Amino acid sequence: MGKPDTILLDHGAGGKASAELVGGLFAKHLGNEVLDQMDDAAVVDLPPGRLAVSTDSFTVDPIFFPGGNIGSLAVHGTVNDVTMRGGRPLFLTVGFVLEEGLPVADLERVVAAMAEAVQEAGVKVIAGDTKVVGRGQADKLFINTTGIGVIPPGLELGAHLARPGDVVLVSGSMGDHGVTIMAAREGLGLEAPLSSDSAALNGLAAGVIVACPGLKTLRDPTRGGLATALNEIAASSGVDMELDEAAVPIDPAVAGVCELLGLDPLYLANEGKLICIVDPDQAQTALEALRAHPLGHSAAIIGRCGGTKPGKVWMNTSAGGRRILDMLSGEPLPRIC
Amino acid sequence: MKHVDEYRDPRITRELGAQIRRTSTKPARFMELCGTHTMALARHGLHAMLPDTVSMVSGPGCPVCVTATEEIDRAVKLARTPGVVVATFGDLVRVPGSHNSLAAERAQGAAVEVVYSPLDAVALAAKRPDEQVVFLGIGFETTAPTVAAALLTADQQGLGNFSVLSAHKLLPPALAALLSGPDLGLSGFLCPGHVTTVIGTACYEPVARDHGLPCVVAGFEPADVLAAILLLVKQVEAGESRVEIAYQRAVKPEGNPAAVALMNRFFEPVDAPWRGLGAIPQSGLALRAEFAHLDASKKFDVSVPPAQDHPGCRCGDVLRGLITPPECKLFNTVCAPSTPVGPCMVSAEGTCAAWHRYRRED
Repeated sequence: MGKPDTILLDHGAGGKASAELVGGLFAKHLGNEVLDQMDDAAVVDLPPGRLAVSTDSFTVDPIFFPGGNIGSLAVHGTVNDVTMRGGRPLFLTVGFVLEEGLPVADLERVVAAMAEAVQEAGVKVIAGDTKVVGRGQADKLFINTTGIGVIPPGLELGAHLARPGDVVLVSGSMGDHGVTIMAAREGLGLEAPLSSDSAALNGLAAGVIVACPGLKTLRDPTRGGLATALNEIAASSGVDMELDEAAVPIDPAVAGVCELLGLDPLYLANEGKLICIVDPDQAQTALEALRAHPLGHSAAIIGRCGGTKPGKVWMNTSAGGRRILDMLSGEPLPRIC
Repeated sequence: MKHVDEYRDPRITRELGAQIRRTSTKPARFMELCGTHTMALARHGLHAMLPDTVSMVSGPGCPVCVTATEEIDRAVKLARTPGVVVATFGDLVRVPGSHNSLAAERAQGAAVEVVYSPLDAVALAAKRPDEQVVFLGIGFETTAPTVAAALLTADQQGLGNFSVLSAHKLLPPALAALLSGPDLGLSGFLCPGHVTTVIGTACYEPVARDHGLPCVVAGFEPADVLAAILLLVKQVEAGESRVEIAYQRAVKPEGNPAAVALMNRFFEPVDAPWRGLGAIPQSGLALRAEFAHLDASKKFDVSVPPAQDHPGCRCGDVLRGLITPPECKLFNTVCAPSTPVGPCMVSAEGTCAAWHRYRRED
């Protein structure tokens, strides 16, 4: 009898099948000198600085989508969260919850994509865990990742640090991931050229951090999109913001699908974009630093912080009007990450 | 997107705004009769472009909002019926009925599927032959023909497991009811482009002639809406009241007779309950008797006890233009988009949702 081609409850029981899965699949793709020790806990050395730690669980449906899959997303999402606080991501832990009946080939594709993402981001998976649940008790597979990074001494970034006068930038077009997932879902039948922007942002962020000592805030606008992230920053920093709608980059295909489905790209998730808030005198430097990186080629200055109505975000519309840009309320689209 | 971009051209919209400000001298209060207009005005920040003399008030034009509580209760009852799958547009699942929304029922195991078109519901029925698929037909003359088309498809395919629970509404009777109610101090109507595309402009003639209120049919892009408001302002300034079309690329005075014929083949007018407006004679659509096999209200027991609305909810007054959302005590206190009490806060086109999302000043 050869190896089973689907995941069985045995694979999570801790016996021979588990060992085969861990050795034959996870170690093959994700292995390194720390993970390969297969001991109860990973033991690592850290460079000086404060730790930045972030954890996230990924349940995206469908697990494969244009521009990535749940595996690459699970790496990117957590690497990016660590990065946004100024942490240089070093290590990841990975937990899988697999549904009985998942094709092993699908799992292998996911893990291979994780390996590629880990390599590109320059991080190591140092601990992992796998559980298998019965059919119907999970949907194909869920992944939890925890990221550990080190913040270089002297660097302080946070959503609470924006001040009146500061300039707001984004690294590229908004809404790509959210609209791609929605279109990939069964039944929409759209044939627009959409692709998730899922990517590790630590390289892009490093460029801005080095170029701009006046950098205040980095934030990846994931669930809730740009609108929600800016509101959170405005509330946290006690500033208001004024945005120029026409300056916000939106891919034409994304704009078209959003128009069709009645969605607003400013509320849709991004997985490979960042918001950057800087001292006004360094706005141009930040823009150039972002544009110098392949992931930031369509970066733009989109607005400015003020001090009149703390917590409010205003938008000057392309039409010439003005309105508030509120946070997302409700969940228009579950399981996008 | 080319066809859209030209109606969003900032040079055109800014010029229209300037013309409205130059032209308007008399106070004017216009009602938009379509939820899509409410949303377009709010989303593009157009209120901020209007002079102090011109104000816009929302009317009963959001299909989800005018759906009566008892109609939600019927849908909830169907969703609880074993073997029945309720298929509906997304907004409707979050509207609270007397006790529960469809979303809450779904969380407890009821079969509720969100679809993007009535034909998707027909496809769902074909795919799940062992279940009864009921599509909730809501909306005005805009959506009723598409539901009729779905009924036609299901009938032609001989699908025995597809039916429609009709809660469709008709615009002209509601307009008449609005005008026979308390004086709203209106100066004219921004008329719905989509509905008028189907039914034509004849229904506005009595409004202009007998009530002296200008009616201008508008499209939905910023330039469309501003151009229509400019025509309304010009009529007010000239002391005129006529029916005009500012959306000529879509609307003909006679409407779309083929769509109306399809609608009339399957549906007939009946007295219908409206959220906030109460029962209005001949203002809804029911399936004709010959299509009882496609009529969920005939196939299933959809009787429900009298509906109970939240005592503080003033959606009805909002829908009639009697108050603005912030004048409701529940607005942004207990009623918010994440915890909606009334349908005007649920629907993407609801007046309360539009205020909360785009115009909240707190």
